Amino acid sequence: MTLELRGITKRFGPLVANDRISLTVNEGEILALLGENGAGKSTLMNVLYGLYQADEGEILLDGEPLKMAGPGDAMAAGIGMVHQHFMLVPVFTVAENVMLGNESTGFAGTLDLDAARQRVREISQRFGFDVDPDALVETLPVGVQQRVEIIKALSRDARVLVFDEPTAVLTPQETDELMEIMRQLRESGAAIVFISHKLREVRAIADRITVIRRGAVVGEASPTATNAELAALMVGRPVELTVHKEPAQPGPDAFVVEDLRVLDDTGHVHLDGIGFSIARGEVLGVAGVQGNGQTELTEAIMGLQRHVRGSIRLGDHELAGRTVRKVLDAGVGFIPEDRQVDGLVGEFTIAENLMLNRSHGKPFVSAGTVRRGFLEDFAQRKLDEYDVRASGIQARASQLSGGNQQKVVVARELSRDLSLLVAAQPTRGVDVGSIEFIHKQIVATRDSGVPVLLVSTELDEIVALSDRIMVLYRGQVVGIVPADTPRETLGLMMAGERPEGSAA
Amino acid sequence: MTDTKITVPVDESAEPAVVPLRAALKAPIMLGIVTMLVALLVGFKARPGKTTFRLGTDSDFFDLPEITVPSTATVATVVVLLAAITAASAFVVSRGRRTPLWLVAVFAVVAMTGFLAWAAAGKTVPVIGLLAGSIALAVPLVFGALGGVLGERAGVVNIAIDGQLLFGAFAAAMFGTIAGSPWGGLAAAMLAGALVALVLGFFAITYFVDQVIVGVVLNVLVIGLTSFLFGQVLAEHPQELNAPDHFERIAIPVLGQIPVVGPVLFRQTILVYLMYAAVAVVAWALYRTRWGLRVRAVGEHPKAADTVGIKVNRTRYTTLLIAGLIAGAGGATYTLVSVPQFGEEMTDGAGYIALAAVIFGRWDPVRATLAALLFGFATNLSGVLSVIGSPVPSQFMLMLPYVVTIIAVAGLVGHSRAPAADGVPYRKG
Repeated sequence: MTLELRGITKRFGPLVANDRISLTVNEGEILALLGENGAGKSTLMNVLYGLYQADEGEILLDGEPLKMAGPGDAMAAGIGMVHQHFMLVPVFTVAENVMLGNESTGFAGTLDLDAARQRVREISQRFGFDVDPDALVETLPVGVQQRVEIIKALSRDARVLVFDEPTAVLTPQETDELMEIMRQLRESGAAIVFISHKLREVRAIADRITVIRRGAVVGEASPTATNAELAALMVGRPVELTVHKEPAQPGPDAFVVEDLRVLDDTGHVHLDGIGFSIARGEVLGVAGVQGNGQTELTEAIMGLQRHVRGSIRLGDHELAGRTVRKVLDAGVGFIPEDRQVDGLVGEFTIAENLMLNRSHGKPFVSAGTVRRGFLEDFAQRKLDEYDVRASGIQARASQLSGGNQQKVVVARELSRDLSLLVAAQPTRGVDVGSIEFIHKQIVATRDSGVPVLLVSTELDEIVALSDRIMVLYRGQVVGIVPADTPRETLGLMMAGERPEGSAA
Repeated sequence: MTDTKITVPVDESAEPAVVPLRAALKAPIMLGIVTMLVALLVGFKARPGKTTFRLGTDSDFFDLPEITVPSTATVATVVVLLAAITAASAFVVSRGRRTPLWLVAVFAVVAMTGFLAWAAAGKTVPVIGLLAGSIALAVPLVFGALGGVLGERAGVVNIAIDGQLLFGAFAAAMFGTIAGSPWGGLAAAMLAGALVALVLGFFAITYFVDQVIVGVVLNVLVIGLTSFLFGQVLAEHPQELNAPDHFERIAIPVLGQIPVVGPVLFRQTILVYLMYAAVAVVAWALYRTRWGLRVRAVGEHPKAADTVGIKVNRTRYTTLLIAGLIAGAGGATYTLVSVPQFGEEMTDGAGYIALAAVIFGRWDPVRATLAALLFGFATNLSGVLSVIGSPVPSQFMLMLPYVVTIIAVAGLVGHSRAPAADGVPYRKG
């Protein structure tokens, strides 16, 4: 069985998201679709899955053109998808999620839950999953939820399986397990499309690699290609993948957190008595799978959390319980994890966004009035200095690409005297070129003697930038280890296992 | 594309082990306040005399005796019991758990007994009439709440329940008269409810207009429309257009003769029996059928439903229309039962009470029905007490249903979770 996409073009207004893309995947084969965020991978897969209608081109299954009016047709044709953001109803059980849309029923449309449970058990057994059909999905760990997605696809006899950025939410160990599952699926004769921007994973699992850039196929590569070759193909120019930095020259401890507890309004504990310190001129990386307290940590430091106990000391200032204004005045720079929600006002111009954290007084405001001339000069200088690609300083932030938006945030936060930099997911959804640039800025900030707290779910980023690494798991510190700790150890720590002889 | 935040619960169990104290404290505090209010009744306004509770009717299998108790002593006993229950609740909360619902229910029954013993001192409380009347008054609320539950479970907030009830009442009166049969009126009422739902769906589902705003506008529109038509057409030809035959009471053989239960539940009009059926069918359909699973999926995570081939907006439309049929049937109660004629704004905001019942009932058809029955009871209580001559000012009694609503929703619901996509229009992509 062979799936073929032929000349798929998809436009959104003037934007061509997919430009005459053709590719083929055969049974018993894993095809990796490699491309940066925004290259058009997800659009292509949504076309394949019937969520979008292609403007041109066709999809053929064993040479027969498929008519795709919706996801129902894709499923009927045997195409299954494991979505990046799981398409599971959190308050349903596993069995209910698996049967949804494909329900076996008895009298008068009554649900046959037993049949669904049986189906879940049967597939779980075949692949060695340990999934309870009656568990509520929202109570399951992310890795298990992903298996539910796989079971869902398999229960519809999918023979083509599409994995859309499946490793983004997984620990390294879970990633390894997923790869094993994908190999098993390949052995059983499935055709697999694996979408990713992570070079390491693509090389580890793929039989063939197709690279997409700006909506078009730019080349094929073999899994034996080097990271540098793949990255160059993906970005369109040679890229430096390693961050060059001198060994840290840590000064005295400048930022000290002790016994920090953060609760939410419902009483859930998100951080459970954590403590650490960062020296001047040092980067402390916070590793961990998404949702283990990282967000709450950065927000607690910034004064954005309501129930904070313990101590957060920056130099002589106590930050815990202070307002955001006071925290900013103490010299804390903050790159938030979601630039579109917390970092920028989309409808504001670049210039206005650049003064957001200093809107209360000098140098941008005097006597309650924005100093337009000063702001424009400042914005123009930052635009050049940070290489923000935009039509000008009056362009709206929402019109910029992810990488350029992030550069605006970084420019704003780094363009004043800092005594601490908190960077949360500084390169999420950012193109490789901008990643390079932002990483250099973070290292430069460190070298100027500022303590840096770097939070990232990308282990590669943590390892590349950090001088020491703290691993969070379920709101607790698993350990703080040197940056040269092996990835396997870090992976185990991210799953909550305390390493031998580490200082917690 | 947005990133989904995934929260890993710190505890292994789905519920946090320790219920947040502030939320859990609401119940004992609320119970304590009610206990004190009842205590104040004996303390400052003790009413001597005996109160009689009449439990029987003429046609039961056997007669239950009338129960006569001394008013003041009864209230005093009740206060002691209430205080004990409050203490029990506080104890449970201090151990880090929630006050169980049955305890609140027992408290409510005891408190109500005490209040009646006080209010009706020297008189007779017709318990059967009080309860049976509550059910009759709750009928539009129950139908409305069922419609609300269905709509919201599918992800469409329906503020327009009141409009559906009112339009249903109007259609039932007019077409019931024209057709010469209450059944014709009922059918027209259901279609009228569905018509309002269709307009709501058109704006809320197809054009992504804010659902709360559309709902409110629809309510006002229906008030204006029915008042206009009433004044211009119905009031001109009352005999030809506004005098429907009404549904008669039907006593169900055997069941209707069981003491207390029979006269309360089984000597009602066909609309009440339809209501029983509607509650059962909606609950069954929502939880046990393919249709219900899909409705709930569409209300919780429409995109997930879409990716398994469920037509989200079509499902929302059909569910909303069915909900409209049900709510419209509730409207028929106003004009096809006791006073068979339409009057301006005759629903009196009952749709909003039904909406409160939806939330109080945590988007569950059976719980919402119980909530609606509670409101029906409060409404009927104010009526019964003013008939037997209560010491409470009648204006206060008229406030009672709404006070109960506020206490119920604010004090006892606790944290309830709406369907995740409730009120969020679905756009593809």
